[in-house]
Amino acid sequence: MTDRVTLTARPTATDMEPAVRRSESPWRSAFRRLRRNRGAMAGLYLVLVLVAVAVMADSLSPYDPIRVTPDAALQAPSGKYLLGTDLLGRDILSRLIHGARISLRVGLVSVGIAAMAGTTLGLLAGFYGRWLDLVVMRLIDLMLAFPNVLLALAIIAILGPSIFNLMIAVGISATPGYARLVRGSVLSAKENVYVEAAVAVGATDGLIIWRHILPNVLAPIIILATLGMAGAILTGAALSFLGLGVQPPTPEWGTMLSDGRNYLRKAWWITTFPGLAIMMTVLAINMLGDGLRDALDPRLKT
Amino acid sequence: MLQYLVKRLLAAVPVLLGISVAVFLMMHLVPGDPAKMMLGELAVQKEAIDNLRRQLGLDDPIPVQYWRFLRGALRGDLGRSVLENQPVARMIWQALPSTIELTLAGLGIAIALGFILGVTAAVRQNSWVDNASMVVALWGVSMPSFWMGLLLIFLFSLKLGWLPATGQGGLERLLMPAFTLGYVASAVIARLVRSSMLEVLRQDYVRTARAKGLADRLVIYRHALKNALIPVVTVLGLQFGALLGGAVVIETVFSRPGIGRLAVTSILSKDFQVTQGTVLMSAVFYTLVNIAVDFSYAFLDPRIRYD
Repeated sequence: MTDRVTLTARPTATDMEPAVRRSESPWRSAFRRLRRNRGAMAGLYLVLVLVAVAVMADSLSPYDPIRVTPDAALQAPSGKYLLGTDLLGRDILSRLIHGARISLRVGLVSVGIAAMAGTTLGLLAGFYGRWLDLVVMRLIDLMLAFPNVLLALAIIAILGPSIFNLMIAVGISATPGYARLVRGSVLSAKENVYVEAAVAVGATDGLIIWRHILPNVLAPIIILATLGMAGAILTGAALSFLGLGVQPPTPEWGTMLSDGRNYLRKAWWITTFPGLAIMMTVLAINMLGDGLRDALDPRLKT
Repeated sequence: MLQYLVKRLLAAVPVLLGISVAVFLMMHLVPGDPAKMMLGELAVQKEAIDNLRRQLGLDDPIPVQYWRFLRGALRGDLGRSVLENQPVARMIWQALPSTIELTLAGLGIAIALGFILGVTAAVRQNSWVDNASMVVALWGVSMPSFWMGLLLIFLFSLKLGWLPATGQGGLERLLMPAFTLGYVASAVIARLVRSSMLEVLRQDYVRTARAKGLADRLVIYRHALKNALIPVVTVLGLQFGALLGGAVVIETVFSRPGIGRLAVTSILSKDFQVTQGTVLMSAVFYTLVNIAVDFSYAFLDPRIRYD
């Protein structure tokens, strides 16, 4: 954490504050722009619904998502089983609802790992420069030499397939993107006069990074993290589909699709609904992410 | 130019060495004994473990092991598959054509589709055509490729009976996997082509060309597209990596005997040296493609200096 005592050592900033306060904060105006963007708002509402479903999964799902009922195997959608059942007689709807939990968790945790590791690496490289920059950037280059999915595959090969290792693998393979982005932003933020001023008044490195550099790189990180979340959910589902991620009997959308692969003709519902679920989730997050990018960084808008 | 070429190739040497170290270390990053892990349930006999350890040379010092690994890899020796009992290099060599065929076809479809969508959208910015193209592109980024593959199989193989669902060989077995792979990648290209085109269309020389009375088509294809290509080419290398990763999934969906399929099955069966081999080859291949992209970039944009 930052040193509280040095907080008093910024008289120039306090003098200027009233003038700054009067105009709208960039975050507020970004939010205003976001609210006007219909696609982004649709995405946001969909994501909120999804989160609600994930949180209330236990009370929402009509059946136990894991319990095997051989008598009810491969039932078509009906009043009893709204979206049908799979090969083991498990209710697709209940598995779908619980799957939302898994997918969101995979997305959140992997993006969290990537954003935290990448931001730390990028801050260190950009702020301290010199040999640290050299070492970090060579490491990043090396990671980027592997095609993304193959890096995740290699990590899973080392650690073994499981939901936990899946999140680590997807997180690590997404780290270089954040590191590069943050490093670039730090390099340009460092040029600002107020950073120079903060150095001049003797602020500690931690304080400068926390109060002056980080707020500058926050917007691009948020954009990348939102869009990255869509990608992480997609990759997570793909690896689980291959049997390298979430393991049965956990209800996960990618694994559900893989379960139904051989029953495309006989039981279309097994693959169709989880496929739709993945697509809608990723689409919603992508729309929100696109909207966030337009709202937070108007220069990027074409 | 030649100097730039040599420089770029030399710069790739440390990256390739880094790749080899990372792939070599995979074996040693396995928690516990890698020999035990590879044997799985068979690992009850201590003798079997010791045998495999000796065969893999795991008891030598790490630098000695790395040197052996590197020397082997440079000579085309990537170890042996425990499961198939044949050289890993041969397995990769057999799987390579299938993957190259798939990724090249996918890349072709991605570029064609991406350019059509991107250019149409840019030329009629903010019209319904623009919106529709971008919805198609957004759809592409959000579509899980494995589901799309299954949908195509359902429609064209099971319902219509037009195309074989799985396997390798012939155009009819390439069409669906290549389209699945290409469609997803085309979305990224389409968005980039659109924004790059919009940028270029605002330039003075485009206005001049229009003012001269040149036909719209000529202005767009002769003047604008050429320069709009430049930022697109830089991401083609990245896209190639995405396609290689995508091939892992697509090859499983369509049961194609390629590198991706080999990588997945080897991880599932813990045939570790095969995994190492596939990862190593993919990374080396990817690095070489990126060098090629850099060269073509330099050719395309005369503003780039080679020193």
